[in-house]
Amino acid sequence: MHAFEYHRPASSKDAVSLVSKKPEGRYLAGGQSLVQAMKLRLSSPSDLIDLSALKDLTGIRTSGSTVEIGAMARHAEVAGSAEVKKAIPALAALAGTIGDRQVRHMGTLGGSLANDDPAADYPAAALGLGATIHTNKRKIEADKFFKGLYETALEPGELITSVSFPVPKRAAYMKFKNPASRFAMVGVFVADFGGKARVAVTGAGPSVFRQAEMEKALSAKFAPDSVAGIKVKPDGLNSDLHASPEYRAHLITVMARRAVEAALK
Amino acid sequence: MTIKVSMKVNGKAASAEVEARTLLVTLIRENLRLTGTHVGCDTAQCGACTVLMNGKAIKSCSIVAMQAEGAEIMTIEGVARPDGSLHPMQAAFKENHGLQCGFCTPGMVMNALDFARSHPNPTEQEVRESLEGNLCRCTGYHNIVKSIMAGAKAMGGKI
Repeated sequence: MHAFEYHRPASSKDAVSLVSKKPEGRYLAGGQSLVQAMKLRLSSPSDLIDLSALKDLTGIRTSGSTVEIGAMARHAEVAGSAEVKKAIPALAALAGTIGDRQVRHMGTLGGSLANDDPAADYPAAALGLGATIHTNKRKIEADKFFKGLYETALEPGELITSVSFPVPKRAAYMKFKNPASRFAMVGVFVADFGGKARVAVTGAGPSVFRQAEMEKALSAKFAPDSVAGIKVKPDGLNSDLHASPEYRAHLITVMARRAVEAALK
Repeated sequence: MTIKVSMKVNGKAASAEVEARTLLVTLIRENLRLTGTHVGCDTAQCGACTVLMNGKAIKSCSIVAMQAEGAEIMTIEGVARPDGSLHPMQAAFKENHGLQCGFCTPGMVMNALDFARSHPNPTEQEVRESLEGNLCRCTGYHNIVKSIMAGAKAMGGKI
């Protein structure tokens, strides 16, 4: 790992002002992706601004129609939250399948979204539920947040503070795990908002994306059969030693069907 | 350039002057000379470096030591009773032949301690799921699972 300077500001304001003075500085949330990337020298920030002391970035608040989760909420916290389990059980369940239990004790919601790993789970929930990402500057719709491979709409120094998830009628997330790394080879999040369905796919492309044909079919009728016959085109899907684009395209349909089945249970 | 990091390790205050890029596991092994915490893969997969930070199992190769500033850390050296007798989870590993070469064992035990606190009477399935982040290359896990089930029962939800 290359050398860097470490900072632990006490407020979001201080964090933002620090990073504005360090053009090569990065925020450090849980570090479960960033520290590994730094060890591999894929990332070599001049400064790390540790967000762990920022109390205003924590907490889970539910109102009737939304669940708002602080950016520094750890995966284990979301997975175990009685409030999240009650309002959006699919979101709590998804958080409980990220990485492993040690990783879930450190990894954060904001960190996962800001990193936008092509195989990350949280982006599927954010896009699948049509979440709003709150930053120190503005609110960003999930539809406009995920831009491409490890790329988001965040500007340099912009800090995610919380994420609001609309509460669906029902939802579920299904992923096909890579047998070795356990990352999602393909993960599909489906949500039914009563006559309006959303389908988000992770692991299959450079970044999470919506599947319009499935959304249309599920909006007409939220049932497994609505998606079971949809053939997804492999164009533009990821290809690596684990799976071809054709295989990933096939998995999207299978995972979508299983997710709808799970949502209806 | 070095920076001072302070924390509580196994109940005692510990501090060191380290480079900011020092990993928690490096601090534990090289500065504090507590070499029971192992580095197996150094890529967050094997779990041999698992320690408890403020009571929760984490991988000490996946955070920098500064992230543990002010925290309470427990390593395998802090698990046995003060008189040297084995902790019930350690005793269960011994009793059930939960180790062969022993390299992964410190991480297995630390993760199991945290898991067993919230699962005093776990099912086999729950134990297997809890081991997602710990790899063993000897035993094929059967005896580790047995050990954790027995250890969890013996602990009764308390470390």
